[in-house]
Amino acid sequence: MALTNLALPMATLEPTPFGTAVSETVAQHFRVLNHVLQYGNWCLEVDPTAYYAVVQDLKHTHGFTMLVDLCGVHHVAEPASLAVVAQLHHLPERTRLFVTVQLPITDPVIDSLVPLFPSANWMERETYDFFGIRFTGHPNLTRILNEDSMAYFPLRKEYPLEDQTRTDKDDRMFGR
Amino acid sequence: MSQEKQTVTVNLGPTHPATHGVFQNIIELDGERIVAADSTVGYIHRAFEKLAEHRPYYQITPITDRLNYCSSPINNIGWHLTVERLLGVQTTQRIDYMRIIIMELSRIADHLICNGILGVDSGAFSGFLYLFQQREAIYEIFEEICGSRLTTNIGRVGGFERDFSETAVLKLRRFLAEFPAVLKEFEALFDRNRIFMDRTIGVGAISAARALDYGFTGPNLRATGVDYDVRTASPYSRYLDFEFEVPVGENGDTYDRYLVRNQEMWQSLRLIQQALDAMPNDGYHVAVPAFYLPPKAQVNTVMESLIYHFKVVMGEIPVPVGTLYHAVEGGNGELGYYLISDGGRCPYRLHFRRPCFIYYQAFPEMVIGSLLSDAIMTMSSLNLIAGELDA
Repeated sequence: MALTNLALPMATLEPTPFGTAVSETVAQHFRVLNHVLQYGNWCLEVDPTAYYAVVQDLKHTHGFTMLVDLCGVHHVAEPASLAVVAQLHHLPERTRLFVTVQLPITDPVIDSLVPLFPSANWMERETYDFFGIRFTGHPNLTRILNEDSMAYFPLRKEYPLEDQTRTDKDDRMFGR
Repeated sequence: MSQEKQTVTVNLGPTHPATHGVFQNIIELDGERIVAADSTVGYIHRAFEKLAEHRPYYQITPITDRLNYCSSPINNIGWHLTVERLLGVQTTQRIDYMRIIIMELSRIADHLICNGILGVDSGAFSGFLYLFQQREAIYEIFEEICGSRLTTNIGRVGGFERDFSETAVLKLRRFLAEFPAVLKEFEALFDRNRIFMDRTIGVGAISAARALDYGFTGPNLRATGVDYDVRTASPYSRYLDFEFEVPVGENGDTYDRYLVRNQEMWQSLRLIQQALDAMPNDGYHVAVPAFYLPPKAQVNTVMESLIYHFKVVMGEIPVPVGTLYHAVEGGNGELGYYLISDGGRCPYRLHFRRPCFIYYQAFPEMVIGSLLSDAIMTMSSLNLIAGELDA
C-alpha cells in the first residue's frame, strides 16, 4: 500500500539506517525467525528461547534504553497462538524496534523482562490479566485491571464482548 | 510497655480527595514517614481494547475521548492520525495547522489542571481559580469548533467536519491575548513562593536513568533532564514547520515537573500563535470519501450521501491489512496506538500505550522514605488520570 502522508518526515516512514543495521546484526546472532518492516519500524519475530537474550542484547549492546510498550495479541488463524509484542526505543537514534514471540496457546510461558526493565512489571501483569500469558521470573504476576476472581482471560478472541446468556434484551432487530 | 516498633497502614483511595481519581494507594507509615507503599488500579476499567475490537474505526474515536479526559482532543487526533497512516492519507497544511492549534490548546488545558491542583494540594487555592477561568476559555473554543467541551470527539479521519468559524478564531485570538498575563500571574504566585518551594523541591525526585527504566515519558521524564518529546523525536502533523523549544528540568522532583509544565504552556502558546498566523487556505478536509462523513444537509436529500453516511458509520469500508504503531505527545506523555488491521471493519487488535499506566508503577519507589504529605504532592505532580490509567 502506498504511504504518501507527507505530514510525517520520511525518517519515520522509512526505517532508520541504524534500525536496519541493528535488526540485521541481531538476526545474525540470535534465532530470529522473521523480520518484517511495519510502517517504518522493524519487527523481529524471535524464538521464545532467545527472547530475553535479544532484548538484553538490544538494551546493553545497542543502547535501546527504553521499553516503550508491551502487549499481547491473540492470533486465531491456524495454528492459533498468543504473541507478546515488546517495543524498544533508542532515544538518540530515534529508532523504534519491535520484538515479538509466538507462544502456543495451550501453554503460553515466556521470560519476564522485569530484570531488564522495571517498567515491564505492570505491562506484563496486564498482558497476563488479559491473555493468560505467564512470565517466568516476574515478581508479582497477578491480575491488575480485572478482578482477581475472574476465571477467564477477556482479550482472547473466544470471549464474547458481552454475556450472551442475557435474556433482558430483545436482539431480533439489532443483534450483533 | 512494649518497645516494639509499630507501623500504621493508611488507605489513600479508591475515593479520596487527594488521589484526584479512582485508584488506591496503600501506605504503611512509621510515624509520618512512609516505609512501604503499594498501588491498586483498575477501579474504572472499561475494557476499551475489547470494545475497540468490536467497533468500526469511527466509533473508536469516542472511546479515546475517555482515556485522558483532561486533553481529549489529543487522543482523538492521535487516533485519526493512526488511521490516516494506515490508509496512507496525505493531509493538507491547513488540517495539520488546525490540529496543532487544537492539540496545543488541550495541552495547555491539561497542564493548567495539573499545576492548578498541585497548588491546591499545597494549600494555595487562588492560583487554581485564576487558571480555571482560562480553561473555561479553552473549552469555549472547543465548543465553537466541534460542539462539545470535555469529551470532544473532535475532527475526522482526513480532516475536520467544518472550518474554524469566525467566532472560534475570535475567541482563539482573545485567549492568546489574555492568557499570558494570567500565566505570568500564576508563576508569580508560585515560582518563588517560599511555602510552595519548601513543599516541592526535592520531593518525589527520580533520576533520569530510573525514569527511563520505568518508561517515563512527557513532562515527568523531561523534568529529569531527558529531552524526549514525541513532537520532535517522531514528528507528526508538521510540528517541524514551527519554532519551539522542549523545556527540560534537572532534578526530576515535583518542583521541576511544575516548572516544565509551565514552560510547556509558553511553548504551546508560541506554537498556536505561529500556526494561526501561517495558516494557509488549502482545505480543511481531504478527499477520503470512504471515511469522510458527507455534509448533513446532503445526507437528508441526496441518496449517494445517505449511502456513504451509512457505510462510514457502519464501517463497511475496505481498509489495508497492516500493523502499525503511532504515537503522539499527550498531555502527560507518549500516547501510542498499536493497531493490527486484518482488513475487516473493526481493528483486529488495538492496544493503547497509556503513559500514566506505565509511569505510575514508579510511585512506591518515589515516595518511600518521604512524609505522607509529600506523597500527596508527588501523586498530584505526576498528572495521573484514572481514565487513562485503567483504559
